[in-house]
Amino acid sequence: MSEQHFVSQEPFNPHSIEALTPVQEKYYMASQWQLMWWKLRRHRLAVICGAILILNYASIMFSEVIAPYDLHTRNTDYIYSPPQSVHLFHEGEFIGPFVYGRGYELDMDILKRNYPENRDEVLPLRFFCSGDSYRFWGLFDASFHLVCPPTNGTFFLLGTDRLGRDMFSRITYGARISLTIGLVGILISFTLGIIIGGLAGYYGGWVDATVQRMIEVIRSFPELPLWMALSAVLPVNWSPLLIFFGITVILAMLDWTGLARAVRSKLLSLREEDYCAAAELMGAKPGRIIGRHLLPGFMSHLIASATLSVPAMILGETALSFLGLGLRPPVTSWGVLLNEAQNISVVALYPWLLYPMVPVILVIITFNFFGDGLRDAADPYK
Amino acid sequence: MLKYILRRIVTMIPTLLVISMLVFVIIQLPPGDYLESHIAELQSQGESVDEQKIQFLREEYGLDKPVVQQYLYWVAGMLQGDFGYSFEYDLPVTEVVGDRLFLTIIISIATILFTWMIAFPIGIYSATHQYSWGDYGLSMLGFLGLATPNFLLALIMLYLANVYFGTSIGGLMDPEYIGAPWSFDKLLSILEHLWIPVVVIGTSGTAGMIRRLRANLLDELQKQYVTTGRAKGLPPGRLLFKYPLRVALNFFVADVGNLLPAVISGAEIVAVVMSLPTTGPILLSSLQSQDMYLAGSFLMFLALLTVVGVLVSDIALALLDPRIRLGGAASK
Repeated sequence: MSEQHFVSQEPFNPHSIEALTPVQEKYYMASQWQLMWWKLRRHRLAVICGAILILNYASIMFSEVIAPYDLHTRNTDYIYSPPQSVHLFHEGEFIGPFVYGRGYELDMDILKRNYPENRDEVLPLRFFCSGDSYRFWGLFDASFHLVCPPTNGTFFLLGTDRLGRDMFSRITYGARISLTIGLVGILISFTLGIIIGGLAGYYGGWVDATVQRMIEVIRSFPELPLWMALSAVLPVNWSPLLIFFGITVILAMLDWTGLARAVRSKLLSLREEDYCAAAELMGAKPGRIIGRHLLPGFMSHLIASATLSVPAMILGETALSFLGLGLRPPVTSWGVLLNEAQNISVVALYPWLLYPMVPVILVIITFNFFGDGLRDAADPYK
Repeated sequence: MLKYILRRIVTMIPTLLVISMLVFVIIQLPPGDYLESHIAELQSQGESVDEQKIQFLREEYGLDKPVVQQYLYWVAGMLQGDFGYSFEYDLPVTEVVGDRLFLTIIISIATILFTWMIAFPIGIYSATHQYSWGDYGLSMLGFLGLATPNFLLALIMLYLANVYFGTSIGGLMDPEYIGAPWSFDKLLSILEHLWIPVVVIGTSGTAGMIRRLRANLLDELQKQYVTTGRAKGLPPGRLLFKYPLRVALNFFVADVGNLLPAVISGAEIVAVVMSLPTTGPILLSSLQSQDMYLAGSFLMFLALLTVVGVLVSDIALALLDPRIRLGGAASK
């Protein structure tokens, strides 16, 4: 018996064995950022935190619309009013979101204002309505709000402060300053870090030694006292906007050291690579080599570590404003709001003035988790 | 070893010199000086100004001299133990600072001990039970401590301690013990007040320390000697304590360098909120009133405290880890 061999007549195509499945092909062809995104997506918590952050930053675009009241509206009849809760059912009947009306009485013993709820008065909230007028981004007048207080009623979701201003609205506006100060600050410290760290790492030698000593000195100093000293220097007669930039620069001035160190140590090892030598031989200038060939190699790491240092800046601003050394009213940030909650009687009598703490904590935690996820995803080839 | 310590102390000097320049520049930055604003204040109140005293102070402290000369005077004075004169308190700076600095040191040390006590067990647990619910929960708790602004936590704790334990508000002891001679009750009263700032300041550093300890221990746990030990049948507890933990311990000591600046920063702001008799509140007021020598000395002291703290931790590390004292010396 002879075995029959089957030989295909077709010409052999070597690629047929090694052909990539569509999934594999997609993976191998993907860019670095694409890979990072895929890796980040698997980190569920980081994605959720990222989404919360995006929502937060999106909200500062429309602060005026989201806030039911204007930033400076004073409701003098409702000073230190406690938060009003939103109800859906009245005596077992579904009505939709509404608040109860409130009376006013003065406790003559401790001179505290009380606002007892009047359970008979049902005041439905208004949505997509016209309320306090404002200048949207200082550009044009409008009065459109997402939620408005009921007609002849009030809607203080988080209570009011000593001038009867709605805390919820003020927190919404405060986000604008508090969230941007971190970003602007990180932008400055990022630039400083890349330039200084880049010079130190690329040139080495005495430049490196000087920069290293400088970083050591700055790092060995407790941050807050230095921040305090620097912000005490800002002239009192500066406009609020200038103060804002002054504070940002101060925060950034102590923050660049970490990034500069990262850039330096990466550059020290990368500049020995062949492609760097090749670029040098072809006559590329140091600026081009650093910016075009070396930096993109670890940009993702830098962005991740920058994300992780935003929270420190937000906390720094909050602390400085709380001490009265940072931003000053009428500029409203979360720190400025917390400045009102400086003494113990506030905690005892008007605890809702502490609410600005909640967004601070939320933003800082989300930044931390998001940054952690980014850092894990930053090196997709591992 | 002695050589190592000596070398570390010598390298401290330029660092401190640069810090002193930095501090001096900062306290010189605001336009005018304390005397000018003081005179303006007196005149606005319609009081007469004692020209002679002002002139005397101006000459005594060299405020009329060029800036470089002022700096040299200041540094030279500090080296001789003369830290200048606090215009606001009308006292030499050393007398204003004295006890307060001591208390800051006590609080900082207590805080670091507290941080260690909390971070150590949690870090070990998190590393050995990676990705367990306990790991997630404890890390979350740590993050919460990190994210809560210190000053607010201080305020809330102060209130709760007052409501539940009847601790008097503010200060570091009950009012009746202030100025009283030392006694057991006074010590108790101090301890009763001390734990709040310690816990509050500690919370912010603990999260970072837990994370770093966890990462470090995880690295060690993945090394081959651990696998070998396990394969040879060492009980898990003994294996953990005998080898990887000891390696991670080095890092624990070294981490003081990261922790200390944060602790001192925290101590300053918490002290302002709780009106503790430490450096915080006075530093703040001296900065606001441009009492430059007082502010400058405070900043200098705080920097010195950090630098010395890091030095101590470095020496402890060198004692613990032969690689550092031998390797470092060989390569440099």
